Amino acid sequence: MEPVRRIVGRALPLARADVDTDQIIPSQWLKRLERTGYGPGLFEAWRKDPAFVLNDPRYDGAVVLLAGANFGCGSSREHAVWALLDAGFRAVIAPRLADIFRSNALRNGLVPVETDADTVAKLVDTVRRDPTTSIAIDVERSTVEAPGLRATFALDEFSRTRLLEGLDDIAVTLRHERDIGAFEAKRPEWLPRVR
Amino acid sequence: MGSTLSEKVWERHVVRRAPGEPDLLYVDLHLVHEVTSPQAFEGLRLAKRRVRRPELTLATMDHNVPTNDQPAEEISARQIEAMARNAREFGIRCYPTGDPNQGIVHVISPQLGLTQPGMTIVCGDSHTSTHGALGALAWGIGTSEIEHVLATQTIAQTKPGTMAVIVEGVLGADCGAKDVILGIIARIGTAGGTGKVIEYRGAAIRALSMEGRLTICNMSIEAGARAGMVAPDEVTFAWLEGRPFAPKGVRWQQALDDWRALATDADARFDSEVAIDASLLRPYVTWGTNPAQSVTIDGDVPDPDALPAATRESARRALRYQDLTPGTPMREISVDAVFIGSCSNARLEDLRSAAEVVRGRHVRSGIRGLVVPGSMGVKADAEREGLDRIFTDAGFEWRDAGCSMCLGMNPDILRPGERCASTSNRNFEGRQGPGGRTHLVSPAVAAATAIAGHFALPSDLR
Repeated sequence: MEPVRRIVGRALPLARADVDTDQIIPSQWLKRLERTGYGPGLFEAWRKDPAFVLNDPRYDGAVVLLAGANFGCGSSREHAVWALLDAGFRAVIAPRLADIFRSNALRNGLVPVETDADTVAKLVDTVRRDPTTSIAIDVERSTVEAPGLRATFALDEFSRTRLLEGLDDIAVTLRHERDIGAFEAKRPEWLPRVR
Repeated sequence: MGSTLSEKVWERHVVRRAPGEPDLLYVDLHLVHEVTSPQAFEGLRLAKRRVRRPELTLATMDHNVPTNDQPAEEISARQIEAMARNAREFGIRCYPTGDPNQGIVHVISPQLGLTQPGMTIVCGDSHTSTHGALGALAWGIGTSEIEHVLATQTIAQTKPGTMAVIVEGVLGADCGAKDVILGIIARIGTAGGTGKVIEYRGAAIRALSMEGRLTICNMSIEAGARAGMVAPDEVTFAWLEGRPFAPKGVRWQQALDDWRALATDADARFDSEVAIDASLLRPYVTWGTNPAQSVTIDGDVPDPDALPAATRESARRALRYQDLTPGTPMREISVDAVFIGSCSNARLEDLRSAAEVVRGRHVRSGIRGLVVPGSMGVKADAEREGLDRIFTDAGFEWRDAGCSMCLGMNPDILRPGERCASTSNRNFEGRQGPGGRTHLVSPAVAAATAIAGHFALPSDLR
């Protein structure tokens, strides 16, 4: 994973609640074997509506998605995060993200920004009034800034370090291989083995 | 202060704990399917890593497989072949299509006795919460986490909160487990369980069969929860005893002693509690495009203006998509298709419940009825009881096991504009096929709806 320190750029005001991962990337796209190439599938059904915000050229090049509460609910498909990254997004701001989506985002360097609903609503208003508005997200300080607005967001120390350093999770865990082995030696014998 | 069931299982699996870091948890069982795993295996190959504990990993094929005698489309076939190849290369047991143990991953593991109380179970599928019905702590993960579990047999997780949903009282005759969970989601909402593990408690939960508990835990994710659990009890032990992977002999006794200690302590505290009176529940039908947008079958399509302000816009969008008019009685809404299947409701008890309704009757003309058993094992059991004949005589198609029309990855999909009564778990826009309209119901209501042609209870049928 590439390190992520700071994201600066335009934002797309999606502003819908309960957007599930089936909308973000429909299941037909899940037949692929790769991690890339999902951009064209992003919000595929909604994009057929010319009035859908992603079709609005004023928001071309947006790197921040302004989402509603419970964004990314439903299926665990990491393809939803891959599709957003492929389409150029680097952060999602919402009052609350669904658990698995948030976890998937962190593992791919898509910054999950959970901040209060009031702040999100103000950002949406600002961006709708002026689509060229630049939003800055600072991972180290956990802040979101736009003209006339500054807010913080919750990010635990571990996740922050992982984003800032672009750590390989597996390599980090394998440093503790001795602990894993010690745990395995004490597991009850009745636990099932598949083969 | 004592501990809750989920806290006990969590604490037993901590491999490493350090300040400011998530706990590193050991994974007792990793379930794998063809759709979310290929990129994880590719990651292992690129980093020259192996699967740490192949014997704690089980693969099958379910999401993408055909459920009739047609070959898979080329792109699906490639994914199915990749699963078989990855299982071979990394030494993992796989139940492929055509194997008598193949089926929906969340149906086969409890059925084989692999899912046991007190275990940690993960899978690259959000409905992994299903396994909590046996007192396991089980949750869905993404592909990067799959790769991590394959390589290390562990997962780093921040400790979730705890939530008790207490269902007391006795369920009405028309109601089943599906109605209990739809009722719970209607009450707490699609994000009511976010960041938490729900423990389902109370007399109405204890009174449910294992199949019913699996249905309830299955849809925990539809309330946003990390996982859902039921404390193991005699129902659990009776379900497990004698199953292929259940402990035998002296180990069975050791396991039983251990499992009996898992229940939440009397003096334990939950972060939040919700109480539900089972006797007030009725069969539910969803009208909208998320699982909280439901009413009882006696109700009408709601008027968005009469709903809480925060939900109005989403309700308006949902009604437009579903092509429904406020005030329409649910029983007057007719359907084009009925799907009985999925990891929510495709176990033997579900099929029996639907078969009892359709026995000697016929699916309403013009309706496509599909019965897709949750596993080939369930299919064989059902056929031994003659359920297949009851369904086919009534005009249903009787299929092989798979996820099928629950998520529309294989050719079992709705056409645009078609309306479906479905025993699955998600009524999202386009979930069962682009433009398709889904209404979630229990197997009994799905069966009665297929006969009546509109939403109906078994007791509505003459």
